[in-house]
This record gives sequence, C-alpha cells and structure tokens, in this order.
Amino acid sequence: MSGPQPDPVPSPADRSAGPADARSDADLLTSDQTLADLRQLIERYPEPRSALLPMLHLVQSVEGRVSSQGVELCAQLLGLTAAQVAGVATFYTMYKRRPAGRHHIGVCTTALCAVMGGDAVLAAVQRRLGVEPEQTTADGLFSLERVECNAACDFAPVMMVNWEFMDNMTPAKAEALLDDLAAGREVQSSRGATITSWREAERVLAGFPDGRADQGPSAGPASLSGVELSLKSGWTADAFPPPDQPTAGGESR
Amino acid sequence: MTQPLVPVLTANWGQERSWKLDSYVAQGGYRALRLALGRSAAEVMAEVKDAQLRGRGGAGFPTGLKWSFVPQDNPNPKYLVVNGDESEPGTCKDVPLLMASPHTLVEGVIISAYAIGAHTAFIYVRGEVLHPIRRVRQAVEEAYAAGYLGRDVLGSGFDLDIIVHAGAGAYICGEETALLNSLEGRRGQPRLRPPFPAVAGLYASPTVINNVESIASVPAIIARGKDWFTSMGTEKSKGFTIYSLSGHVAHPGQYEAPLGLTMARLLELAGGVRAGHQLKFFTPGGSSTPILTAEHLDTRLDYEGLAEVGTMLGTKAMQIFDETTSVVRTTLRWVEFYKHESCGKCTPCREGTWWLVQLLHKLEAGQGQDGDVDKLLSVCDDITGKTFCTLAEGAVACVTSAVRHFRSEFEVGYTTPAWEHLPYDASALFPVESEGGRA
Repeated sequence: MSGPQPDPVPSPADRSAGPADARSDADLLTSDQTLADLRQLIERYPEPRSALLPMLHLVQSVEGRVSSQGVELCAQLLGLTAAQVAGVATFYTMYKRRPAGRHHIGVCTTALCAVMGGDAVLAAVQRRLGVEPEQTTADGLFSLERVECNAACDFAPVMMVNWEFMDNMTPAKAEALLDDLAAGREVQSSRGATITSWREAERVLAGFPDGRADQGPSAGPASLSGVELSLKSGWTADAFPPPDQPTAGGESR
Repeated sequence: MTQPLVPVLTANWGQERSWKLDSYVAQGGYRALRLALGRSAAEVMAEVKDAQLRGRGGAGFPTGLKWSFVPQDNPNPKYLVVNGDESEPGTCKDVPLLMASPHTLVEGVIISAYAIGAHTAFIYVRGEVLHPIRRVRQAVEEAYAAGYLGRDVLGSGFDLDIIVHAGAGAYICGEETALLNSLEGRRGQPRLRPPFPAVAGLYASPTVINNVESIASVPAIIARGKDWFTSMGTEKSKGFTIYSLSGHVAHPGQYEAPLGLTMARLLELAGGVRAGHQLKFFTPGGSSTPILTAEHLDTRLDYEGLAEVGTMLGTKAMQIFDETTSVVRTTLRWVEFYKHESCGKCTPCREGTWWLVQLLHKLEAGQGQDGDVDKLLSVCDDITGKTFCTLAEGAVACVTSAVRHFRSEFEVGYTTPAWEHLPYDASALFPVESEGGRA
C-alpha cells in the first residue's frame, strides 16, 4: 500500500488545535501537569499496570501520537521495560505511532457498511483529502483510517470523526463535513457532542471528562425503531404479569 | 395474540435527557437496587438464576450459574467486569444503551456486584465510541454523588467502586480472557482455560465477566421478579432481548422482544426488506454466526431454534442483505475483518485468515482458479478447532455457510469479477458513481 509518510509540518494556523510542533509536544509530555495526570490514572486502579491503556490515550492526547519517549515515560512510571509498553502500544489500533491529524476520520468498510455505500464514502473522503488510509494530510489537519465495524450498523454507512458518530453518511455529506471541519466551522456529531479535536477526544478516553456528556440526543432515530413502534401499538412490559397476578389487558401468553 | 415487542431496557431511550440520574429515578430507576439490598446476596443470586437469564453477549451461558461459580471462600477480592467491547460486525445494541440509559447498566452492576460479593467493578467499553463513554462516566459520577456507589451504599453496609475503562481498538478484547489481559494493561490475547475467570480472572482473583445487556437486564428481573421474566420467551430461552436489524431493511434499528419470535415476524415489524427487493441472506447473530437465507424465515430466533438450523443466536444482530448483494464481497470483507482483528497468538488463525483473504480477493476479482472454492473449505478445515478462542471459528463460519448456500456464486469468481456479476452500485443506499460496476 502506501510507503512511509512524511511527518506533517503544522502551519502556525494549526496552533489553535493545541500543542502543535514536535518540540512543544515533547516538553508537554514531561510537564508537571502531564506527570500528575499520569500518576492520577495509576492511582485509580488496584494494580498500577491496569492504567497502561488510559496512560497511552493520555500520552497521545499530549503529543499527538505515541512516540518512543511516550513509551519510555509510561514504562518508567509503571516499573516496566520499554519493550513491554511498546508491545502493548503497537497491539491496539487506536494508538498512533505517526502523528494523527487534528481531526481523525474513520470510514467503516466492514461488510455491511461497505455494501450500503461505505466504499463510496471512503473513496470520496480519499479524493477530498488527497490521502490514503493510515496517512495524514500535509497540513496536519486530517488523518484517515479504514475502520472495522464501529457498532452502529443500524446507521450504515458510518463515518467517525475523532470517535464521534457521523451516521447515515453519503459521499456528498462526507465532503461537506470535511469542508466544514477544514474551515473551522462548528460541526455536531449525529449522536454526540460538538466536534473538538482528536487530541481532546483522546484525553476524554484516558479518563478526564470534558463536560460534554449532556450534549446531543439520548438516541439516534434507528435506536428508537422498536420502542416507538411499541409506544404506537400500546405494547408494554406490563402485558407480562407473573402467573399469579391478574392480567391487565387479556391473556399474557 | 401476544404482543411481539416488549420495551424494557429500551423503554426510556427516547425520553428527554434519559441518561441523567433524575430522569432515570423518575422512571422508577434504582428501585430494584433498594429491593436487592433488602435481601441477602444469595437470594439475589437465586432470583437471577431462577429467572434463567442467559448471557446476551453471544455465548448464551446462564448468567446466574456463572455467578455461582465464584468461590465465596477464596481470600482474594472478587471482581465484576462488564464487557462493553461491542465490536462483532452487525452488533449495535450495547452502545445505544450506554448512551441513552447508562444508569440501567450502573444499577445492574451494583446489584450484580452485591450478589457475587465484589467491591470493585469495571465497565470496559471499546474506545472508539467517545460519547457513550462520556455518558457512562457521568452516570457513575452521579451514582457516587447520590450514594448508590462508594462506601456503605444506601446505608446497607455494602461498599462498591466502579471504574470505567476505555479500550483502545481490538475486537479480540470482547473475548473474556483477552479482555482481562487488556484490563491488566497487556496485549489483548486470550488465556488458556482452565483456570476459568470465576476462579482465577482479573489479577488471578475470582472474576465474573458479563455482557452489558446481561447486566442491564438484572434490575428489571429484581424489580418485577423471575416469574415475570420467565413468562416471556420460550422453554429454554427465557425473557426479553434486544434484536438489532441492519442493512437492506426498511426500518433498521433496535427491536426489544420476548425471545423466540420468528425472523419473518421481526422483519415484518421492521417494515420488511427495502422496497422493491427480496431477501438474499442474513446473519442471525453477527458475522460470526453462519448465515441463513429466505428459506429460514420461519426459524425461531432463540438459542435452540437457531441451533436447530446449524447457526447461533449470538448477539442477535441480524444483518440483512437483498438480492443485489454479492456474497463473495461480503464474505471477503468479513474475513478481512477477522484477519485484521486476529491477535496473532494462534498460528492457524493468524495465517489461516490471511490465506482466506488471498483466495477471496482472487475470487472477487474474477481471477480464481478451478478448485479454489474447495481450497477455501480446506483452509477452513485447517483452522477450525485448532485455536484458543472462537475468533477464528467466526471467520470459518461465515466462509463455510456462504459457500454452503451460494457455492455457484463463488465459482463465478473463476471467470468473472463479482462486481460484474452483481454490480456493487445496486447495493448502495444512494446513487454511486460506478467504475465498471465496482462502486
């Protein structure tokens, strides 16, 4: 497939994304704040090593990827070897060894999404961004991934932006979405919060809330297909009383 | 006639701010917890056991029985781990539950932990679903603030902490022993059993691992009783469950129903196959369960009914494909999924899925050779029964069942690309710019 990608050189305009150049990322990684956060994660678990997955999420929220320095830091804090941590960091697909973009785009092309149009959505995203899956755009704004099933099949074809759902996607909707993100316009997930950045999302995954839990709906329309039909038809759990209780509305079985 | 659907877990999903504690409590939430804490742990366990709740994560093992395997005389701490690593292709029930009603799960965790005597519980959620994770974390915080968690839950003397843990992208972590390794900060690779997790699980201590939907079903069982639960379902498949319909169906989504309705009835409730098309094949319980066709529409969707036709209820994820769909294409994509997600521990899985992908790629491109279909089956035979866990069995099941029902379509791949035989643009939900049928 694609060869080694060049490290993107962020433009000054991207600084608003948070820490952007490699030097400041490295400094931030060993900042008092980051160390305090990492130690806090360790304290949350009965055994320190259990904190490794959240710690790696935090590392990449700070440095935009998991570098060998980030691996060393986790190893040091947990009393592990760098090889032990690297073995974990390279096992899980969400940890990025090369810098991810400000926005990380995932397009599902597992069987069902692919058939429903996911392949066409991916093709449109590739055309629009000018990159292949597993690459980052030269301006550092977008990285792209072909994701495997993201547990939203009833909203197929599905696309993810910084691990927020973008449901019922079409090529045209995907292109418009990328244009909005590139222009810095506010973008809302179909079933989630306003889009921030991949790094901020990674910090939430590590275990530091961003206060956005109350944004978005309770559920997407497809999630409610059955319950709305039940409501319309008057079907409730009360129709199944225990055998020794009188039935409310006719026979129970 | 009895009603075909029964909203229990899904009942509050459409309500205003359903994910908040006050909304949940206003609907009777945490009432079951008070009832449970007023009874002995053994009584709570017996209620769930007698309700005959079976695991909703795929295997269908009786939940109460699993709990009873935890040795109460073991000096180590006991742990409850909720498996929210929902990643099986087609499966999309736990994620909406975590998002719309996380307190249903949290209440279930507290009651279940009380029953088995655990004072620390983990909710492991796949990492690629940011918003549901936000909602679950917030629900746990709300529960602490309200006294449902922490020391001396509701004055009962029972202590419980819940830790919400985000995964990092690995389907294999849905396998319970791989999940435990992942939760210990290791590669998510399955462990050899025995010892079983009930005896030596997390940190080599007694551990119960249950699916999100299984644990979320517990409060309703406690609140309404085992007799209510067993009044639904069939002889050996009791209660209600969430069926997930996706693909070429008029109204995809989540349908909660007593176990055992037929596929024909469920499909009818969802408005049937998309207008102007006919059913070609479907998965009954995610991609790891052998596919079925229109001739199986009268099959009962319960553990036994599906076993009778050589497949499984699995995660109750019906992916529906109409006559436009290339079964070669879908099989390839599923096997690519298993190849990508193979943890690499067992050679037959790691190498076998790779070989299956090579063969299927050639068949899809019309570059197969005479005998390739038999070779596919032969590779499947080299994989099946030779691995630690069931990931590879899923890959084998989707290949062997597809060949069983549609062998001639695979043989078309000796001469003709799949996208010429069944142009891919016809399957998409929107007009696609087609390149020689390859959408």
